[in-house]
Amino acid sequence: MVDVLVIGSGGAGLVAAIAAKESGASVTLVGKSFPTRSQTSMAQGGINAAMGNVEEDSVEAHISDTLKSSQGLSSEASVRTMCEEASAAILWLDSIGVPFSRTQAGKISQRRLGGASGIRACYAQDYTGLKILHTLYDQSLKMGIETLNEHFLLNYIIEGEKDARYSCGATFLNIRTGEVVEIRAKSVIVATGGYGSLFHGFTTNSTASTGDGAAAALRAGAKLSDMEFVQFHPTALKSSALLISESARGAGGYLLNAQKERFTDELSSRDIVARAIADEIEKSGEVYLDIRHLGETFIDHELPQERKLAIAYEGLDPVIDLIPIKPVAHYTMGGVDVDETSMSCIAGLFAAGEAANQKVHGANRLGGNSLLELLVFGRQAGKNAALYAKTAPVFTAQSEQIIKDREYIQTLREAAVTMDFYEKRASLGKNFYGSAGIKRNEKRLEELLKSVQQLQEELPLMGAQDKSLVYNTNLVEFLEFTNMIELSQCLLLGAISRKESRGAHYREDAPARNDEAYGGHTLCWKEGGELHVELGEKTNEKGKG
Amino acid sequence: MKISIKRYSSENEPSAQSAEYRLELENITLLEALNAIKTKIDPSLSFTAGCRSGVCGSCAVRVNGTEELACGYKLSDGDLIEPLGNLPVLRDLVVDTQKMLKFNALARAWSSSNSENQLLLPEQVESNELQSDCILCGACYSACPVYAVNEEFLGPFALTRVWRYVSDGREQDVREKIEAVQSQGIWDCTLCNLCVPVCPQGIAPKQDISMLRGKSGVMGFMDPNFAAGMSFSFGGGPDFGSPSGLKSPGTS
Ligand SMILES: Cc1cc2nc3c(=O)[nH]c(=O)nc-3n(C[C@H](O)[C@H](O)[C@H](O)COP(=O)(O)OP(=O)(O)OC[C@H]3O[C@@H](n4cnc5c(N)ncnc54)[C@H](O)[C@@H]3O)c2cc1C
Ligand code: SF4
Ligand code: SF4
Ligand code: FES
Repeated sequence: MVDVLVIGSGGAGLVAAIAAKESGASVTLVGKSFPTRSQTSMAQGGINAAMGNVEEDSVEAHISDTLKSSQGLSSEASVRTMCEEASAAILWLDSIGVPFSRTQAGKISQRRLGGASGIRACYAQDYTGLKILHTLYDQSLKMGIETLNEHFLLNYIIEGEKDARYSCGATFLNIRTGEVVEIRAKSVIVATGGYGSLFHGFTTNSTASTGDGAAAALRAGAKLSDMEFVQFHPTALKSSALLISESARGAGGYLLNAQKERFTDELSSRDIVARAIADEIEKSGEVYLDIRHLGETFIDHELPQERKLAIAYEGLDPVIDLIPIKPVAHYTMGGVDVDETSMSCIAGLFAAGEAANQKVHGANRLGGNSLLELLVFGRQAGKNAALYAKTAPVFTAQSEQIIKDREYIQTLREAAVTMDFYEKRASLGKNFYGSAGIKRNEKRLEELLKSVQQLQEELPLMGAQDKSLVYNTNLVEFLEFTNMIELSQCLLLGAISRKESRGAHYREDAPARNDEAYGGHTLCWKEGGELHVELGEKTNEKGKG
Repeated sequence: MKISIKRYSSENEPSAQSAEYRLELENITLLEALNAIKTKIDPSLSFTAGCRSGVCGSCAVRVNGTEELACGYKLSDGDLIEPLGNLPVLRDLVVDTQKMLKFNALARAWSSSNSENQLLLPEQVESNELQSDCILCGACYSACPVYAVNEEFLGPFALTRVWRYVSDGREQDVREKIEAVQSQGIWDCTLCNLCVPVCPQGIAPKQDISMLRGKSGVMGFMDPNFAAGMSFSFGGGPDFGSPSGLKSPGTS
């Protein structure tokens, strides 16, 4: 039995696995794809640390910006830990070979992202995530971390009685063979990323961001929190929903309306800019990003990827053309609810990265803070899981879970399919963008909830049409779809209960923030097959703003 | 628009066949076409993708014999889509990626020992910036002719990765890195250049291999083919030597 099982091999999973291994634990890292194919590769803008390499900056300013953006919904202690550890985390990345861009003085270069009072984001051209992810992967090879690819998480194996439940592994579908297997472990770290793909067709996210780890946590009886908080990125390419990094605006890019006039402060936090753009699109029909005045040399040097994507997907060259944009779902603040040690309410079940809610982003994540989060808390989760494994209860008997999961997969293989889930997935995405997106109201949310509940009931009619065992991506996508159906209900129930506006959650029918009633986190869990939602205690007095 | 896809499934009879699809869409990427086929025509079509934007390296295939990223390739009428070469096909367009990735570990493609907190000038970083743009898509691996004769060749992307770390101003243990690529590595490349034009990131593995050879020479390593008495048996290249079993003149 392995000490630490890390599920998800993106940035968070790799960092956690490396930290657990360094702490002396035996580690198995499992992913549904390959480490370097994770969404972390897509991060362009940068990673925050108040290093002050370009302009004076301070940890306190980083903390205060993060708290301000979180709109009272973060834990100040966690934010403090993250910001204080930031410079050390960057230096660690430097020590393992991440090729950060440099200043003329030879220091790690930094640039400004939205919502930051200082020039704070370290970057590696506009391949920050790619280069961090690949360097972490190379280190995992160096350390000989056992990695199992093409294994899809089905469920965690949880044993123990009601209030003393503990995790002891997980079950997986081996995508290459179609077999259902189990991996036993003393502790488990969930690092499966976010659930942005719920907004299918209206998200910058990788198609793999289907919230599988969080959905499995919900089924296992763990709590999820703040699921209604989904950040919309102001600037995605209009037709393909691909991201144009915030650094384009940070460097002085303009937002223009159909009349080619500026209409908002481009550097406000994402929720404000996204809403301003949505309003403007409603009003004038079109919003453009204009970076022409930055010049070809600058664009090729600092934003080469953006230029390539705009040319390939929109047929437009940002050096000479205005780029039509729209705001789309980008980052999911909610996730597996964890305490200050990164553990969920189930003993030995940890979570890190976008899959977790470590309460550092609150109602609105700052650009450059999520790569930082996965480093700092991925590391913490890895260390703590290794520590926990030393005294963890060991369960060796046959588990019920694998039997159930084998039966379930077998049922899916045999079931006749009369309804097409791909069609439902597309309309779900569209409806979420329309009714649970940038602007929400109770009536539309309620209607959407009804339609999702209906989908839930119809699931047995859907299933996978492809019945093969080997590399059945139709089956995998169906499993992802069922996870999204589960999480979408948590999102909607949260959004309905929270009758106020805060950060990324904007209610047209309750546009003001209401700390009296809604100052706490939204908790969501499953009991006896029923979803429960509760607004918890207010955690942070100082985060107002 | 009509396209053909080479399909394969070990569970079907016959296991390999070519399928034709007619699409009503124009001016789309190959990935958009694959998604349209999977979601509207045949859900059993297997392929992999993730980012849609050329950074996750999941979607490389061959189009009319040339390696392309499905998410970056604009489709034309009559295109023939096949899986990457040099790798066993698992199903349809999905290959055994595991098999090629193992070469990263064999080539010890990582930072061995970095000096702490070292200043690096922008020019120093830019000189090997391109090598760390690699997305491990496998296009170069698929195009490399050496695999036809030597399955153990470390290959283009793994060697590019090694050059990335060797040429990094922070690396303290260059010798360890250079040693790791002597056998089945830099000397087994025929410098044919086929890996260069197919790289979606504009990387030139051949050039990086040449750089590693230069560095190896400076550090006192030698091309084993020359070291072994100039037998002219370059890996994969035409064998100009005498028939096997016969001694070359002058070696007795
Ligand atoms: C376009 C874009 C740009 C961004 N830019 C920035 C930026 O500049 N700065 C910043 O700080 N943040 C940025 N972000 C956010 C940041 O990239 C993500 O929050 C972060 O990478 C998440 O990392 P992760 O390791 O938690 O998850 P991921 O990288 O998504 O990895 C999840 C892993 O889990 C695996 N997995 C998922 N489900 C299963 C399953 N069922 N079974 C097994 N394995 C599974 C996946 O294969 C993957 O390996 C950006 C995001 C996007 C989409
Ligand atoms: S140059 Fe070398 S690595 Fe590249 S394809 Fe030719 S033999 Fe392979
Ligand atoms: S070197 Fe280029 S072609 Fe080869 S794996 Fe890397 S990105 Fe792909
Ligand atoms: S889908 Fe990621 S590279 Fe093509």
